[in-house]
Amino acid sequence: MSMTVRSRSGNDWLRDALPRIVLSPSLVIVLVFVYGFILFTFYLSFTDSRILPSYGLVGWQNYSRLFSVRAWGIAVDNLLIFGSLYIVISCVLGLALAILLDQKIRAEGFIRTIYLYPMALSFIVTGTAWKWFLDPGIGLQAVVRSWGWESFTFEWIKDSDMAIYTIVIAAVWQTSGFVMAMFLAGLRGIDNEVLKAAQIDGASNWALYRRIVIPQLRPAFMSAFVVLAHMAIKSYDLIIALTGGGPGTATELPATFMYSYTFTRNQMGIGAASATIMLMSIAAIMVPYIWSELREKR
Amino acid sequence: MASNASANVVRTGAGSRYVIYAILTLFCLYYLLPLYVMAVNSLKPLSEIQAGGMMALPSQWTIAPWQSAWSTAQIGVDATGLRPYFLNSILMVVPAVAISTVLGALNGYVLTKWRFRGDTIVFGLLLFGCFIPFQMVLIPMARMLGLMGIAGTVPGLIFVHLVYGIGFSTLYFRNYYQQFPTELVRAAMIDGAGFFMIFRRIMLPSSGPIAVVCIIWQFTNIWNDFLFGASFSDFDSQPMTVALNNLVQSSTGVKEYNVHFAGAIMAALPTLLVYIVAGRYFVRGLMAGSVKG
Repeated sequence: MSMTVRSRSGNDWLRDALPRIVLSPSLVIVLVFVYGFILFTFYLSFTDSRILPSYGLVGWQNYSRLFSVRAWGIAVDNLLIFGSLYIVISCVLGLALAILLDQKIRAEGFIRTIYLYPMALSFIVTGTAWKWFLDPGIGLQAVVRSWGWESFTFEWIKDSDMAIYTIVIAAVWQTSGFVMAMFLAGLRGIDNEVLKAAQIDGASNWALYRRIVIPQLRPAFMSAFVVLAHMAIKSYDLIIALTGGGPGTATELPATFMYSYTFTRNQMGIGAASATIMLMSIAAIMVPYIWSELREKR
Repeated sequence: MASNASANVVRTGAGSRYVIYAILTLFCLYYLLPLYVMAVNSLKPLSEIQAGGMMALPSQWTIAPWQSAWSTAQIGVDATGLRPYFLNSILMVVPAVAISTVLGALNGYVLTKWRFRGDTIVFGLLLFGCFIPFQMVLIPMARMLGLMGIAGTVPGLIFVHLVYGIGFSTLYFRNYYQQFPTELVRAAMIDGAGFFMIFRRIMLPSSGPIAVVCIIWQFTNIWNDFLFGASFSDFDSQPMTVALNNLVQSSTGVKEYNVHFAGAIMAALPTLLVYIVAGRYFVRGLMAGSVKG
């Protein structure tokens, strides 16, 4: 809806400009601290910056070094594994729970509250809880063994090949309830008349969901994908708290790579290049989404 | 979120309903498990945890881990417990939330009721700023805070959270004010009411719900932030999340899991409390932040 109120053309300049004056501090802040900083970091990615920013241009050297560093390859592979499992499992689980919760369940509000509370927690808290729960020495493995199953083994968090999946476990735990809420809102928006008509035609519940309901959830899928993909790319806290990027570098993600290269390994140019790649991947997802949202509103 | 009244018309038999309730209950346990683990283990002596009793209720109840986490545990170099860092987080959160909410309300008001050429572009620019990976601004921000003389301080963190919080607060108020009848604003203008008069007398009185949503969102996000806290704070200005991580990751001495769990609950309590008290608004904020409008 575009209902526009234009200030009447008076001779009072201040009165006309006041709204824009009120908006301008925020605009300046965003232009400087978001877009100015993005440009600055982008520029640094083409310089020989090490401990401190330095302005000697080195062309694409940081990018070519970035892509030849083994740690970056690991970080990107991990992001692909983690990101795809995280998105798929969260969506499947979220959708399944939303459909089950949409069957006129008693205490629905209570159950919803329990499913969603992890979203209120810091990833550092989540990471701490799961870190010790998955720790073979005291957590799940020790507990099951103390129950009498002496040979039970669950050491993913200490295993370089499996540790990345522990990140998936904790991240899915944190956000799947939120995805459930998104799908539930989508389900509640579906027109019951269509469903009734299909029921009269003798469609089974399964067919009803597969043919009619789930296809109508496309916007919810879209939103869930955008939110989850964007969270996956930005994942940092959870890795730090849960595995610290280890064992070794087995669970490094681009976000942790950027941080350690920039601030502990003093390779700021490479760090800036990795941040630029992260921004590009997020922009590839967010810009079309924001664009379409804003266009719909007009 | 819609109410139960609009739940769907699909009918399920008694047998399958039993299965549905079983599955839903199972997942309740799954989501509650880590909270249970944190809670029971924060109330038992370390030896019980080490003996493989993580899932058991304490056989000997104790609040010593809580006391230790709060006031005596070793965080970094000092044995101060988490208390000073909890205070840091509060000192950081309150002004950052208050200022970003007020600015968001004003911005939303301008962007919907005083529209001008290019306002959608301005909003788009603000909006995209919400979603950038903050790795992209860490390096220049570190230098900027140094230039401003607030590097490594709580005011520095307030500033950072304020800057990157404006986008979301503007988003909330803009989408909310968009539904607000513009005729009322127009009528007030014809009666000679000015910009701020209309905001105070007409917009603000009906802004309660969205203000709550915005405050809860900003509070949760800023309280839970780790990246900015880890990047821009010194030992004495660390927020709670950073201090908790230092407590848990410290490699010296025996790992006091019970103290770690007590600390984790302390870090979680403020946001959990907000969620329990005002969950509806929390969910609305989450949804508005993803399924915009």
